[in-house]
Amino acid sequence: MKFKTFAAFVGPSIFLMLLFIAAPLVSVFLQSFYVTQPVFETVEVETCTPGFPTQTCVTELKTQPILGEDGKVVTEVRYVGLESYRNVLEPDRAWAALSALDFNTLLTIDFWKALRFTLTFTLVTLPLVVGVGLAIAVAVNNASRLIRGPIIFVSLLPFIITPVIGALSIRWLFIGDGIMTAFLEWWLSRDIAMFAQGWTIELLMMFYRVWHVAPFAFVVFYAGLQTVNQDTLESAIIDGASRWERLRYVVIPHLMPLIVFISLIHLMDSYRVFEEIVGFSSQAHRISLQWLTYDFLTPDDSGNRSISRASASAMLTMIGIVILLVPLLRKTWRDHKGGRV
Amino acid sequence: MIKQILLAGGLSLAAIGGAAACDFQNEVPVKSLSAGFEAWKAVTDAMAKCGNFEAELDQEFRTKQPAAFAADPSLYQIGGVANGTLVPLMNEGTVRSLDNLVEKHGQNLTANQLIKINGEIMAIAMMVNAQHLMYREDLLSDLGISVPKTYDEVLAAAEKIKAAGVVEYPVGGTYKTGWNLAQEFVNMYLGMGGEFFGDGNEPSIENDKGVVALETMKKLTAFMDPEYLVSDSTYVQQQFQQGKIAMANLWASRAGAMDDPNESQVVGKVKMAGAPTAAERAASTLWWDGIVIAKNASDEQADAAFRVAMAGMNPDMVKANNDAAVWLIEGYEPGPLAQGVVETAQAGAVPYPASSQMGLMHTALGNGVADYLTGAKDAQTTLRDIANAYRTSAKEAGLIQ
Repeated sequence: MKFKTFAAFVGPSIFLMLLFIAAPLVSVFLQSFYVTQPVFETVEVETCTPGFPTQTCVTELKTQPILGEDGKVVTEVRYVGLESYRNVLEPDRAWAALSALDFNTLLTIDFWKALRFTLTFTLVTLPLVVGVGLAIAVAVNNASRLIRGPIIFVSLLPFIITPVIGALSIRWLFIGDGIMTAFLEWWLSRDIAMFAQGWTIELLMMFYRVWHVAPFAFVVFYAGLQTVNQDTLESAIIDGASRWERLRYVVIPHLMPLIVFISLIHLMDSYRVFEEIVGFSSQAHRISLQWLTYDFLTPDDSGNRSISRASASAMLTMIGIVILLVPLLRKTWRDHKGGRV
Repeated sequence: MIKQILLAGGLSLAAIGGAAACDFQNEVPVKSLSAGFEAWKAVTDAMAKCGNFEAELDQEFRTKQPAAFAADPSLYQIGGVANGTLVPLMNEGTVRSLDNLVEKHGQNLTANQLIKINGEIMAIAMMVNAQHLMYREDLLSDLGISVPKTYDEVLAAAEKIKAAGVVEYPVGGTYKTGWNLAQEFVNMYLGMGGEFFGDGNEPSIENDKGVVALETMKKLTAFMDPEYLVSDSTYVQQQFQQGKIAMANLWASRAGAMDDPNESQVVGKVKMAGAPTAAERAASTLWWDGIVIAKNASDEQADAAFRVAMAGMNPDMVKANNDAAVWLIEGYEPGPLAQGVVETAQAGAVPYPASSQMGLMHTALGNGVADYLTGAKDAQTTLRDIANAYRTSAKEAGLIQ
């Protein structure tokens, strides 16, 4: 292909990627080193509000921003270096806890608590998603043609549901005396409160994620299964390989690139776990890194938000994903190079 | 053709609506942005009768409002605010002084409705809200318990109710992590007579009052649904309606729902009383809801917007919606549902101390208090960590040097 044609095809998407991915990333990266603050003054203010039977007036010292001549708040931008990162990571407290081997204390610091949950969540759901996806794909592949269509349709359903809606519906099944909790209580004849402690919520969140994402793995694996070399399979049967051996030595090696692909996507997605936290309102017990960023960005009643710490936390999340992906990417790269020789 | 019919229908409806209650025909387009609870619905419906008025009722208004009012011209002329949400608008100077407008069109306002900051009227309040005690009168009188006045009495009563086993959980609480939980701590800590800030906006919550406030909260949770950390006002309201709890410190704006026969199984059995007192005063805060007018609007628009707002806050509207809120507007007949707020105010509850630094403190509390209730930290550590979290964000915001 001529370079010009190539450029004409690729150009627009490169431009859009630069505009919508690279530029915001650079902007967030820069923002994490600066803080923007209003210039404050402290003045005495008298505030009168409704009371019974008459108004109550309070005079107090208030810190309020200075308004410039254009009627806007006067702000100043300050370079703070790594301070926002320090504020997120709290290295002093973390180090003190670590050197005392006191992990419970370490896990009361927001970032480390979030990291612990995010990593557990990511690494536990990964094999489950791959395994369940593969199992459904193999099962569907062996099912008779008559019922294959309906089975595929039903197994895809969880994937179609909007994540937050899915999480909310599972929450409503289990919260308080929800249908499922009521059933479990009747079955085990004991009082159950799924949302009263962290580990049950964590289990529910993982269950939800596997339920939601496994269909995606299934579809990919099912497509891959259609391309397995039938001759190899037949010769394996003639050689006396059992069903399990065929799966282990013929099918899985053939699907390996797809397994790596699914793992990459899943690692990236589940490291950014967020819908589950909001859907299950687990903030009291479990928070994730992405939720931490969101929390920094959410303005409170008085309109404050911590843009700098949010930027730092977002950058840290990205670094975390890159570190997680490195082993898989290196493997793909090696295979790729090996294939060329 | 269809379009014309629809248009004609719309026009005639508007004409009928206009004739019903508004005393003038509004010609200038006016828009408002406010929260979406029952009282706002009533008021904005009444405003709409003046014509050319569009109301946006949105529970996420607090994130939208500062930016929408900072635009020039402002995207909304009327804003619905409360103690807390007035702060960002005041800080950015995007609301106008109402002195002249009140003089021109505010004949029906009572002195209690005028929110004055440094003597200037900046907002018009329409209702007050507070968390106060709601209790199942039938259960308490059956068990011979008098209405608890202090938190010690609440705990004693809860113990008796638990022993009698008449409800699933004796106490309900809006302890959902985040804003709600922080609000409960604010109530309790102010009730203990605590102060949140010292000189230079430094936090001052690391003291005995803070510890006792936390301890009282934890004692209460022993009588609650174990899932208290996810229960918000709506959840507690439903627990009441389904007869699962006997007492709760709940928002006055939820009182009407207890007697709603469509939702409630305990119609007429839930009574209101003042918020229980802690060491110093009633452990609750007083809130008001009301309107502001945008600064970035022409004088003509502001005039029309204010007239529309005044027409909305009229005695007829209050009569039709008497139990939707504790109104400050003339014509309100304080019914039994208002008793809780009045008693709470008389027991010394203070207005919620809204300010920039209080916003940050509220967030830090909302994220931090749960660690004590779950047992992850002791009280002193919890308070120290909350103070540090506040200090970090206050430094980032520039409130502490």
